[in-house]
Amino acid sequence: MTITTPVQAATPQAATPERAKTLEKMVGGRKVTLTPERADAFGRELDELKERIIADLGDRDATYIRRMIKAQRGLEVGGRALLFGGIFPPFWLAGTALLGLSKIIDNMEIGHNVMHGQYDWMGDPAISSSAFEWDTACPADQWRHSHNYMHHTYTNIVGLDRDVGYGILRMSEDQKWRPYFLGNPVYAFLLMVLFQYGVALHELEADRIRDGEISLSDKREILQGIWRKAKRQTLKDYVAFPLLAGPCAPWVFTGNLTANLMRNVWSYMIIFCGHFPEDVQEFSIEEIKAESRGQWYFRQVLGSANLTGLSPRRSARPESAKLFHILSGNLSFQIEHHLFPDIPAHRHAEISTEVRDICNRYGVPYNTGPLPRQFATVVRKIVTLALPWT
Amino acid sequence: MFTQTVTRRGRRYALLELLAGPHGVDRFTELVDPTWTRGEARARIVAVRHTTPRSVTLTLEPNRAFSGFRAGQHINLSVEIDGRRRTRPYSPASAETDRYIELTVGRHDGGLVSNFLFERARAGMVVGLDSVGGDFTLPGSPVDQILFISGGSGITPVMSMLRTLRVQRYAGEIVFIHYARSAEEACYRAELADIAGVLPNVTVLQGYSAASAGSDLKGRFGAEHLAAAGFRRTSSLPAGRTTPKSQAVYVCGPPSLTEAVRQHCPNAITESFVPPVFDLAAESSGGRVTFANSGVEVTDDGRPLLDQAEAAGLTPESGCRMGICFSCTRRKTGGAVRNVITGAVSSAEEEDVQICVSAPVGDVALSL
Repeated sequence: MTITTPVQAATPQAATPERAKTLEKMVGGRKVTLTPERADAFGRELDELKERIIADLGDRDATYIRRMIKAQRGLEVGGRALLFGGIFPPFWLAGTALLGLSKIIDNMEIGHNVMHGQYDWMGDPAISSSAFEWDTACPADQWRHSHNYMHHTYTNIVGLDRDVGYGILRMSEDQKWRPYFLGNPVYAFLLMVLFQYGVALHELEADRIRDGEISLSDKREILQGIWRKAKRQTLKDYVAFPLLAGPCAPWVFTGNLTANLMRNVWSYMIIFCGHFPEDVQEFSIEEIKAESRGQWYFRQVLGSANLTGLSPRRSARPESAKLFHILSGNLSFQIEHHLFPDIPAHRHAEISTEVRDICNRYGVPYNTGPLPRQFATVVRKIVTLALPWT
Repeated sequence: MFTQTVTRRGRRYALLELLAGPHGVDRFTELVDPTWTRGEARARIVAVRHTTPRSVTLTLEPNRAFSGFRAGQHINLSVEIDGRRRTRPYSPASAETDRYIELTVGRHDGGLVSNFLFERARAGMVVGLDSVGGDFTLPGSPVDQILFISGGSGITPVMSMLRTLRVQRYAGEIVFIHYARSAEEACYRAELADIAGVLPNVTVLQGYSAASAGSDLKGRFGAEHLAAAGFRRTSSLPAGRTTPKSQAVYVCGPPSLTEAVRQHCPNAITESFVPPVFDLAAESSGGRVTFANSGVEVTDDGRPLLDQAEAAGLTPESGCRMGICFSCTRRKTGGAVRNVITGAVSSAEEEDVQICVSAPVGDVALSL
């Protein structure tokens, strides 16, 4: 498959023809500045941290991901088996819950992370970034382009990072208001419940087709890929398994539908809390011209936000926090993930203290909070930005 | 009737694949038993013996995905060491008709996989059988006389040939010369003696280079060793014979041995077990870079593989060009690469590499 790059912007590691500049951002009413020299030192400290973790990778990480895969497959088999007896409500509830958890773990802690190449060093083809497929409508190869490349390289750059609004929402004041955006909260809600299809259509760039920048025929290969994957997923969840269940077909069907919905809503919440809570910064193409590695790290920290847990108070019990982090694919450590997208995500928790300390020393704000609070600020942003005067 | 069963089975499997999608049936069955895979050949170690002080002999029970090998060929065996899959070629010593695969692995200093197998291989462990290859195999048409010469752990492919010929009740003459450091270190010494005792058409000679006690031959390989074995080159026919005997000579061992044999028997078929050596210091290695799928070859200019591929007119998929997005990941099928960010040098085995941040170290073959 050939993939076209929509905009050829300066890549972050490109040589610096113009003089490096001091970065300035207003975060929560406070001015944050980073001189080029400080940025280099900041980058060096983070690079050293990364190298230390990479040198330490081994059995522990291999065992972790294999256990996670085993747990997910167990949940899937168990959930689907229980749904075959779904005519009894407790079976339906338990089966749906297990299958929903299976899909969440498959997409978040396994699929997303494996496809980032976090386990490529193992050399196991079943856990390699180039071969892994996940249990969702979006084809893995397209995801690797739109997410790993476009989103992670051009994080929060309005006009380059398609995760800013997914081409349908207004998530930044830098996006010009149009009457269409009056429906912002409605589109956001629809995107949440249909999230797997929203993600699947991401690479289609429907907004650019609408604006006439590209035509549908440019996206033929992309469409075929989406169709192939979505067809098999639909056949599996909504035709094959229900038919196999015979008279229990309706319960299997609704169970699968609900499990997919659980995964859609959960992953939407986690992902939207990664880049859209209050005080998370956006950037312009102008701002990232001739960006150094340290400045790239700076943008990743300012453009991401962490989650402490489900409890509105900060002090969650360690075990429940651990489960929360697993179910979020450790995207609860969005900052660490964006700094080091190819480090196994279960390591983020242990490096987060050090990352936070480095950020503090350089005066770089580290955005974190409990899920209910962070998500509330996201919802507020979605609603506010629907209004013409924002 | 037969085809019907096959299509029905095929259809049933296609349905299972759909139900187990997108991961596939194997990814579920392997969690029950790691050898229950249809798509990947794997084997369980059923016995581990240390018959000499410097080698370990493993008996493997391959799963049904393994499609067999021909005597003399090698199998790419993979094991996981500290979370990383390591693959090395080993020639089985068992007959090609055997249900079990026997591997005798000589440990060598600094050898990661050989030492791992020597120290840590246990019955019950599962290993990968990645692929089978090699054209060091028995002659296609029957010959009157076969000479096998091996040194050290190079005995395994010729042992496989000898055992296979025995199963096939080969009636021609076989001479088997094996070199080891001492009787103690000579693999398969007892079995070779047994075979020579039972089969009148097999002659076995052992040469021990370091401790010569019990050695049939003195010193290194030479014409006198061939003479001692009663093996004549066909050019020097005994008086009275008109048609020369057809002969085949197989030699497997260190390069010094294969060279020496070639001097006397230019038609010898040879195989050497020498780990490739890389010059890791060079910036631009001057090696050959092969983009195998496109049939393009270039001389390494020191830049990352992605840049070199593009300079050669290829358009591989790529993304960030800074080693974070994994869009450009490709299978490296041979040679070593250096990560231009960390400076880490890979090993020579087959693996996926990010071509935007990997520069060749010597010759490199890439599936691109």
